[in-house]
Amino acid sequence: MIDREFPVTEDELHAYVDGELPADRSETVGAWLAANPDQAALVATWRAQADSIRARYGAVVSEPVPERLQLDQIIKNDITYGRTRGRSFAAMAAAAALVAFIAGGSVGWYARAATSTPSAATDIFAAEALDAYRLYVVEVRHPVEVPGSELAHLKQWLSKRIGHDLSIPDLSSMGLKLVGGRLLPGPTGAAAFYMYEGPSGERFTIYCAKSGGPETALQFRSAEQLASFTWVDDKIGYVVSGPADRERLEAVTKTVYEQIDKSAPKKS
Amino acid sequence: MATFRQNVELTIPALRRYARALTRDADLADDLVQDTLVRALRSEHLFLGGDVRSWMYTILTNLNRNRLRSLSRRPIMASLEDHDAPDASGSESGARDIERALASLVEDQRHALLLVVLEGLSYREVADVQGVPIGTVMSRLARARAQIKTFLDGERPTLRRVK
Repeated sequence: MIDREFPVTEDELHAYVDGELPADRSETVGAWLAANPDQAALVATWRAQADSIRARYGAVVSEPVPERLQLDQIIKNDITYGRTRGRSFAAMAAAAALVAFIAGGSVGWYARAATSTPSAATDIFAAEALDAYRLYVVEVRHPVEVPGSELAHLKQWLSKRIGHDLSIPDLSSMGLKLVGGRLLPGPTGAAAFYMYEGPSGERFTIYCAKSGGPETALQFRSAEQLASFTWVDDKIGYVVSGPADRERLEAVTKTVYEQIDKSAPKKS
Repeated sequence: MATFRQNVELTIPALRRYARALTRDADLADDLVQDTLVRALRSEHLFLGGDVRSWMYTILTNLNRNRLRSLSRRPIMASLEDHDAPDASGSESGARDIERALASLVEDQRHALLLVVLEGLSYREVADVQGVPIGTVMSRLARARAQIKTFLDGERPTLRRVK
């Protein structure tokens, strides 16, 4: 009486196994399965898979939590935690640790700067930016050299090193908070690199440096699971990189572009 | 504030279970949980209310994806063990079989399947964690289950697609 009007789909079988069906429909599907042994066997297979997964890993929850995962330990070991809580002593300790990190951190970059053979200048530019994204987006403890809380210092420092009055966009309207920035060797000199982070850990970066190339429109590139928008404006190249969700990246890029455009001294 | 911290603390055993099944390596799993906790505590001011548990799963899932992205840039080491067929008998080998079957999944499918069957999240919650529509979660689940079945039936598993 049921399958005439509402045939049971495979999606429903999954929902049935996972307890996602309303009670009455679940009962109906149960009755239907009794008359359809092939489908019933499939359902039994999926249940057996779930049972083996739970049998294999279920007991982990009863293991004692190791010391390094206790929250007190996590807080004690995380140098930037105090900073976000605005404790000045912790901030000083963090600054000291950052100096040590800068000293040892960026050697590998100098080694590889010369290896790419030039093709289109913006291609290299975008590739450098995506490499930087890949390298630093996985960093949990030291993603940046200067934290976003020291915005004025960051802006002044990077502007001086790049040789251009940079603006650091505020992306809070996109739900993204400035993690901070760092200096990197770019294709033709120093490059500035800013990182932003959303509430669930998604990260976007802006990479900018002087570019000899002509002014360009926005160019979209994607590689593996990440993507970027690149453009050159007033002798400065910009690359906005993030996870390969084009719509989201486009919205972020638009905000970045508008803010940079607004802050730039009027040409002509 | 104390309650936020307590809520985070309550999720730790389940996060360890999820991470263990994702990585199939106890140390790697705890590294992942540790990074997740660091991230969560630092982002306390970004937490907009709602379910702490879902939020923690979201962070861990994202970090695991980032981890794999960086791994994929390194040369791939094949384990000799992978050449064994799933043939031995007994519960010990059953446990190893399911581990290898999980290892044969594409990452997004593994996330979806484990969140549903091991962590007991609803389809809606998994959709939020993965940032995709429910329909996508369901097709990931369906493909994961089909792949595990194929793997355990001893057929030659289809090669993992490299994106």
